[in-house]
Amino acid sequence: MSEAQATTASLFDQLGGVAAVDAAVDIFYRKVLADYRINRFFDNVDMEQQAAKQKAFLTMAFGGPNNYTGQDMRDAHARFVKMGLDDSHFDAVMENLTATLRELNVPENLVTQVATLAETTRNDVLGK
Amino acid sequence: MPQISLGETQFACPGDETLLDALLKANLRIPYSCRQGVCQSCLMRCLNVAPPANSQTGLKDTLQRQNYFLACRCYPEQDMTVALPDQQTFAVNAVVIKKQLLAPDILRLVLQYETPLEFYAGQFINLRRGDGLTRSYSIAISPQTGNLLEFHIRRLPQGQFSNWAHDELAIGSPVTLSQAQGNCYYLPGNHGQPLLLIGTGSGLAPLYGIINDALNQGHNGVIHLFHGSRNADGLYLSDELRKLEEKFANFQYTACLSEKHSKPGFAQGRAHDLALADKDSLKGWRVYLCGHPEMVKHSQKMAYLKGASLKDIYADAFIAGK
Repeated sequence: MSEAQATTASLFDQLGGVAAVDAAVDIFYRKVLADYRINRFFDNVDMEQQAAKQKAFLTMAFGGPNNYTGQDMRDAHARFVKMGLDDSHFDAVMENLTATLRELNVPENLVTQVATLAETTRNDVLGK
Repeated sequence: MPQISLGETQFACPGDETLLDALLKANLRIPYSCRQGVCQSCLMRCLNVAPPANSQTGLKDTLQRQNYFLACRCYPEQDMTVALPDQQTFAVNAVVIKKQLLAPDILRLVLQYETPLEFYAGQFINLRRGDGLTRSYSIAISPQTGNLLEFHIRRLPQGQFSNWAHDELAIGSPVTLSQAQGNCYYLPGNHGQPLLLIGTGSGLAPLYGIINDALNQGHNGVIHLFHGSRNADGLYLSDELRKLEEKFANFQYTACLSEKHSKPGFAQGRAHDLALADKDSLKGWRVYLCGHPEMVKHSQKMAYLKGASLKDIYADAFIAGK
């Protein structure tokens, strides 16, 4: 691949596309469920449905095709905000996300780009 | 232009349009959400041909094998007859050919079906009584000559269907069946993968079918079954399973009693606790979970946290109907 192509390839393609999302979901969701700071929010959810949602989220954060709307994110998290969901929990999720990417040996500059995209959901998730 | 049939409705799908768009344009109510193959809300099944490969990306292998696909990812290449996953037809006639008590409250019901039926051991079928009363039961036997089906029916104190099946259903009586459903079954292709199976009560039925199916297909990785019950009566088919253990070196059977006991040959504790404590890591394992809904849900999570991939966890929670 020439340098010009490398710089024009989308973030999603550089990360490895759909296959990369699949690999990341398995690791990421496991970290989230094992994280005592946030796992109480996942106690009563259907795991397969939740994994599908995590996949949608990661696809968006990886710069992949999505029809993300802030309103959907707000609606989906409203009941957790009532349960006390705040910035500390969002930070914990971000931590799990970057740890997942590092585990998959994703280059640091791409990790930063993913984190930046994921960060754009913060206000919607927290209902701010 | 490919023609699409859904129930009584037929319409054409232009090549540049997804099946989901075509269905929605035809005013058919199809559940959907993300439109990009992620949420799997628009899961459908193709009844006449294999759907385009792209429309099956991300689905469980057992669903792919049954021609399930995502309508939002499907650009039809040929005529397709499609159905929603819950569109059920009762089109299979069967008769009772054998009844046997496997335990005081568990009936082995063997049916012979008269209309063609495709199924895998471990899937479930809805059984319907003449008056319409319907219950789902798991299939404990692989397809074989003689068109036989086997179910294990546990008698529930208030269970209308189970009490009828135990007490009144006679040899030779007709029963109407649905097509087989569910994705909890064995698929060949990875013969060395270790399998962990955890079942409580009559949750053994699908697992018994899956184990025999796997062994008959030459599975040579470890197959470890944990069957749990409160008391020894509930650990039915244990003689057969111990014989299977003698015959196949890769098959292990752990009979688990949750009540206090000192019986040799039985482990003390709940099946899923013992099974999960027994394995340091489940990375690379395929896991089957059948029985009590709380047990299934808890074990699904624990198996995943112990390293099993979500795609390798097959769960079937038994919901008791009155």
